[in-house]
Amino acid sequence: MNAVSRYILPLLLAAAILGYWEWSVWYHATPPYKLPSPSGVITALVRDWGVLSTSMWVTLQTTLLGMLLAFVGGVALGVVLGMFKTAENMLFPYAVILQVTPIIAIAPILLIYYSGPTVVLMTAFIVTYFPVLSNTITGMRSTDRGLEALFELYGASAWSKITLLKLKSALPYILTGFKIGGPLSLIGAVVAEIVAGTAGAGSGLAYRIIESTYRLNVPRAFAALLLLSLMGIVIFYTIVFVSNLLLRNWHESAMSKER
Amino acid sequence: MPLVELAHVRKEFANGTVALEDLTMDVREGEFLSLLGPSGCGKSTALRLIAGLAEVSDGAITWPKGGSARSDIGFVFQEPTLMPWASVLENVYLPLKLKGMSKSAAEPKVRETLALVGLSDFSHVYPRELSGGMKMRVSIARALVTEPRLLLMDEPFAALDEITRFRLNDDLLRLKQARNITVIFVTHSVYESAYLSSRIIVMAARPGRVVASIAVDASYPRTEAFRLTPAYARTCAAASAALHSAMDSHDHL
Repeated sequence: MNAVSRYILPLLLAAAILGYWEWSVWYHATPPYKLPSPSGVITALVRDWGVLSTSMWVTLQTTLLGMLLAFVGGVALGVVLGMFKTAENMLFPYAVILQVTPIIAIAPILLIYYSGPTVVLMTAFIVTYFPVLSNTITGMRSTDRGLEALFELYGASAWSKITLLKLKSALPYILTGFKIGGPLSLIGAVVAEIVAGTAGAGSGLAYRIIESTYRLNVPRAFAALLLLSLMGIVIFYTIVFVSNLLLRNWHESAMSKER
Repeated sequence: MPLVELAHVRKEFANGTVALEDLTMDVREGEFLSLLGPSGCGKSTALRLIAGLAEVSDGAITWPKGGSARSDIGFVFQEPTLMPWASVLENVYLPLKLKGMSKSAAEPKVRETLALVGLSDFSHVYPRELSGGMKMRVSIARALVTEPRLLLMDEPFAALDEITRFRLNDDLLRLKQARNITVIFVTHSVYESAYLSSRIIVMAARPGRVVASIAVDASYPRTEAFRLTPAYARTCAAASAALHSAMDSHDHL
C-alpha cells in the first residue's frame, strides 16, 4: 500500500495529465507554436540535443560553481559569525540586505560592470549563500553545553573545538542550508541568463528559452524548460543523498523509522 | 594532606545570584565524598569550580599535593553528553585525542577502560543504539580513560530507572576500588549517598553552604547487603535529619 501511494499514484497522475495533454493537442489540432504536445517536446529534445546539451553544460557549470562557492563561503563566514557575536552584529545586516533585495533587480546593475557569465555566477552565488550562512550560524550556536564543558576541561584548542565539536554538531544544520540553497543556485543562474540573454550575451538553457520563444520554436523552449527542471531535481536529490550518507549513523533526520 | 582544599569559596553569578557562600571543605585522597542537598544548594556549582570550569568570586581552591585541576580530573555530567556522530570507541578516545595522543597509541587504553565498564562488545556502536544506562557507562569510561586522581560526578544516575541505578552504583564502587580514585559525587538522594560514600557533606540552599559533614562508618567493598546494616540506617537517618533541618530553616521553601 505504501509503495502504491508513494510511486504508483504520482505516476498515474502524470500519465493522466500527459495523456490528456497529448490527446487535447491532437484533437484540437493546436499548432506547436501555441502549445506543443508532450511527444512534440520529446522530439524537439532529441532533434535539438546538440544545441540544448551545449547550453545545459554552460548553465550547469556556472550553477555548480556558484553553488560550491556559496557553500564554502557561506560555511566559512557562518563559522566566523557563529563564533564571534561582534562579527555577526557587524556583518549580518549586510548579508540580509543582499538577500532581501530581489535578485532580478540586482542582475541588470551587475551587468553594467561585469560580463554575462560572471554575473550568472555572481547571482547563483548570492541567492545560495544566505540559507547556508544563516543555518551555519544557528548550527554553530547549537552545540551541547556539556560537550563544550568537556572540551574545555581537557584543554582543547580553539581549532579542535571548531573542527571536532562545533562543525560536527552544526553539520545537520549546514546540510539543511545546502538543501535549501542548492536548488536556489539554479534560479539565480537562470535569472541572470535571462537578463543577460536579452542583452545578447549568453548561451545557457534560459537564454535558449528566450531565443526559442522569439523564433516561435515553442517545442524547443519546452524542451529547454524540461532540462532545467531535471537539473534542479538532480541537484536537490544529490544533496539529499550526500546529506543522508553523512548523517545516517547518528542523526534522527537521516534514519528510517524502524530503527 | 587533602587532595583539594576549598577555603571560604563564594560564587556569585553575573545576574547577582549567590550560588555558594563561604564554602570550606577538603577532599581527602581515596575517599568517596558525596555532596548531598536540595536543588539550588550550589552542589553542581562547587563541582564546576573544582573542575576549573568556572572561576570563584572569592576564596580559594588549592591542590596541596601539586598538580592542577585540569590535568587530573575526570568529569561525569548529569547527561551522558556523548558525541552522537562518533562511535563508543571514539567517544572514549576523545580526552586522549585532545591531549594529543594518536589513536593507535590510545587504543589499548581505550579498550581496557571499555572492558572495565563492561562495554567491550560495543566499541563500534553509535550512542543512539545504547540504553540510558549504557550511555552513562560510556560517559564514565570516558572520564576514567585519562586515569584521573579525582572523579567528579554531577548527579550522573538521576535520570535512570532504579534497577539500572542500583547496578551502576555497585559498578561505580567496584571501579573506585579497582582504580583507587577519589570521587566527589553530587546527588539529591539520601539513600544513594549513604550507600556509596565514605563521607557525606550536606548542603543547604540560598545561599549554598555546608550544614553537616557525616562520616559513614563502614568499609569497602560494599554489596546490596550493606543496605540492611545498622550503619547504613544510621547514615540515612543522620543525613535526612541534616537535610530536613537545613530545609526547615527556610520557611519560604
